[in-house]
Amino acid sequence: MSDPQNPAETRPAPGRMARAWQSDLAYSFRHSPVAMISALVVAVLVLSAVFAPWIAPHNPFDPGSLNLMNGFTPPGAPNAFTGDTFLLGTDDQGRDVFSTILYGMRISLFVGFSAVLLAMVIGVVLGLLAGYLGGWVESVIMRTADIQLTFPAILVAMLIFGVAKGITPPEYRDQMAIYVLILAIGLSDWVQFARVVRGATLVEKNRDYVQAARLVGRRPFSIMIRHILPNALNAVLVIATISLALAIIAEATLSFLGVGAPPTKPSLGTLIRIGQGYMFSGEWWILLFPALTLLALALSINLLGDWLRDALNPRLR
Amino acid sequence: MTQPVLSVRDLVVEIPTRHGILRPVDGVSYDIAAGEILGVVGESGAGKSMTGNAVIGLLDRPARIVSGQVLLKGEPIHHLKGAALRKLRGRRMGMIFQDPLTSLNPLLTVGDQLTETILEHLDLSVKQARERAIAALDEVGIPAARQRIDSYPHEFSGGMRQRVVIALALCAEPELIIADEPTTALDVSVQAQIIALLRRLCRERGVAVMLVTHDMGVIAEAADRVAVMYAGRLAELGPVRDVVTQARHPYTAGLMASTPVASQGQKRLRQIPGAMPRLDAVPAGCAFNPRCERAQSRCAQAPGPTLQTCDDRAACWFPITHEQEAAI
Amino acid sequence: MSALIQVENLIRDFDVSKPWLNRVIERVPKAKLRAVADVSFEIQERSVYALVGESGSGKSTIGRIIAGLVGASEGRVVIDGVDIAEQGSADAVRSELQMIFQDPYASLNPRWKVRDIIAEPVAVRGGQIKGLAERLLQQVGLSASDAGKFPHEFSGGQRQRICIARALASNPKIIICDEPTSALDVSVQSQVLNLMTDLREEMGLTYLFISHDLTVVRHMADRIGVLYLGSLVEEAPRDRLFDAPKHPYTRMLFDAAPRMDAFGREVEPPKGEIPDAINPPPGCPYHPRCPLATQVCKEQHPAPRMIGETRVRCHHAE
Repeated sequence: MSDPQNPAETRPAPGRMARAWQSDLAYSFRHSPVAMISALVVAVLVLSAVFAPWIAPHNPFDPGSLNLMNGFTPPGAPNAFTGDTFLLGTDDQGRDVFSTILYGMRISLFVGFSAVLLAMVIGVVLGLLAGYLGGWVESVIMRTADIQLTFPAILVAMLIFGVAKGITPPEYRDQMAIYVLILAIGLSDWVQFARVVRGATLVEKNRDYVQAARLVGRRPFSIMIRHILPNALNAVLVIATISLALAIIAEATLSFLGVGAPPTKPSLGTLIRIGQGYMFSGEWWILLFPALTLLALALSINLLGDWLRDALNPRLR
Repeated sequence: MTQPVLSVRDLVVEIPTRHGILRPVDGVSYDIAAGEILGVVGESGAGKSMTGNAVIGLLDRPARIVSGQVLLKGEPIHHLKGAALRKLRGRRMGMIFQDPLTSLNPLLTVGDQLTETILEHLDLSVKQARERAIAALDEVGIPAARQRIDSYPHEFSGGMRQRVVIALALCAEPELIIADEPTTALDVSVQAQIIALLRRLCRERGVAVMLVTHDMGVIAEAADRVAVMYAGRLAELGPVRDVVTQARHPYTAGLMASTPVASQGQKRLRQIPGAMPRLDAVPAGCAFNPRCERAQSRCAQAPGPTLQTCDDRAACWFPITHEQEAAI
Repeated sequence: MSALIQVENLIRDFDVSKPWLNRVIERVPKAKLRAVADVSFEIQERSVYALVGESGSGKSTIGRIIAGLVGASEGRVVIDGVDIAEQGSADAVRSELQMIFQDPYASLNPRWKVRDIIAEPVAVRGGQIKGLAERLLQQVGLSASDAGKFPHEFSGGQRQRICIARALASNPKIIICDEPTSALDVSVQSQVLNLMTDLREEMGLTYLFISHDLTVVRHMADRIGVLYLGSLVEEAPRDRLFDAPKHPYTRMLFDAAPRMDAFGREVEPPKGEIPDAINPPPGCPYHPRCPLATQVCKEQHPAPRMIGETRVRCHHAE
């Protein structure tokens, strides 16, 4: 067969947007209902988190607007003072669960994105160095990665969290908690990126275009950034998507265990922890709705990652 | 006349893509007799491998046979699927691929793979099958076959591995062998050994062989007849000596002339301008007409020339006759 | 006149040992593979020197050592009077040398535009690159408007033209061609070979042409070296080599190569295969397969000697 990669070459060149729409990736997206539904769910959740201050009826972070008398209002019941309806009920402190979920998701997503970004930067840099330089640099980096992999990621995160918390002054602890979370999750998750990037680098560095670049005197650092990295980005993108789901779950787990986001600024995990105490006393909504949101978010991102992996893998096309 | 082992009649293979339907094989017909090697030659994208895969029922989806027939000893086989096809493959049709490593299971010994194939297709005891496997290895020229039968594929060298693949293709005594670029991955000296082996087996066993390759030299040495493919169609089909030395289709003639051997002593090689069309842009009429120096207005009009409608050897409205060639 | 490239007693060993821990546990010594074993030759300015050999003969390694991509274990390469192992002065020589690779699909970065690919050798050195790619594209028979496209939009032959354009960008004197047409179809191969011939004449280039294809080498080369297991077994001017091959390996190679006029040829196929380069046979590397081999071949690696214009490493060649 002649190269089937791009039979579109003889057609007149369309505009940039049209080209993107006709690309293989967009085509595969349009033909995958799972990917489209997942993308829709993710988009709705992310947008409602971003615009939470405009969408949420209450600000759960503002203690002044809360009234303990509203505690444990079931879904659909009215506010004892203003008569507004609490769509998803309230928690023990009288916080509107719907609003808390929206604000909680903001924290979950912020922590997730930032942690993945951190893990990605660390992993990509170390993976490139290990793959391109080889020798003892590679040994040190990859053995460190192997050692870290022998501990469950959540354990590593808890360890980092504990150490970081220990060295932060108490008065800043609640403020710093979220950044410590990002650091903890990010540092526990770089291994995936490093491994994938190292693998891609090992393949690419033996390709002749890299040899050609060496021949004309391009420096190793420049080769890594300009030649190898762009060709490893597909793999990084896939890992990043799947890591995002994992990071959100890791954040929820840490918060659930009480070592993450503080109750005053609850993330989805904190909400689940709070709700878990009332699961069997009749106030099921405090647990159920945050948990469902987390499930929808993580599942959709994961499905999107799976689709992306298949769509970007030329062997499966 | 005896019945050919393989008859391909007006075979059309299509691949539906989102940019339209491609036809990698477009109306190909040929026969292969027992004990004959038919060389199928062409440049990459000409459809030669796809033809072989279509015959043996190994088309990857979404490629499919849309019309035409494949007859094995007169029996249509192009519609077979699943178990019936698997039974036929191996038992009555063997295949040899370019890369011997990918066609052997690295986790099983060579003997296991051979006996498994033999037991699947022939009614023999395990002991008999093993003896037969040893005989098969012996026949393809593996020294000390009895000792080496329990080796794993990676313990053999490239040339020996290709011999094992040939033994595997032959062990159930098939009537037809499809060899897709069997020597391309091998060194010159080993290539010569494999070609000699194929020829000997073909002659002694009376197997029909379809030898797919891009190497004209291999074809010239190994094949009895040759089919030249261009853009999914047969350009020329005839006895190998005639096609190589007195090509009638301008494409075949250009192909032969552009090999470095043919232009020996000249500073520049003869070249055919342009490149083979992509499958989504095959020109109307004769697919070769935009590159052909003999083309006339008729060549660009549908229907294009076929072996049935014009010359008996070349699908060309204005084939090169031998007298003309002498004048060039 | 002195040669443009001098290769003197070149040796290259590759470490093919198992990892350290495996070696300790399995008690196996370090293993090395001698890819290039004591090779010397010279390339005259404006000539085409071809290295032929089968896989594992070391021909690509020699090319890469001369290009500076791989270091030599012993021996030296002198280009234009400068030893390329020297720091500093070798840099200037480097810019006079370019390379064309075998696989046109792997030698162009798929994420770069053709314009940037072609201009890279000049851009890296901070040279003026405006209009350079467009001019070179036309010189190799493509159109200037192709500069804005990506490699996947081209066929194999067109990609190889792009590689040639890149190789020409820095105005080199020497181009190392590592199997430049073996991934191409015959009709495209002839186009690319013709282009290379034309460019050589226009620009006064020197080629080191590495190939396993005897017909291509015979067409292109002025002088040919035949390699077997890292040794240069025979070297001669083109016609001399093809008319009167001296080394038994060269003869075997010529006999085994498929020929267009050998219909149904029934020749005794050559015996044996290339031995394992990690444990090469002692003495002459070819002796296990050689019809002329005697006791001395098993014990002594023959030294190069001249027979007329041919330099051959064989005890028995005449």
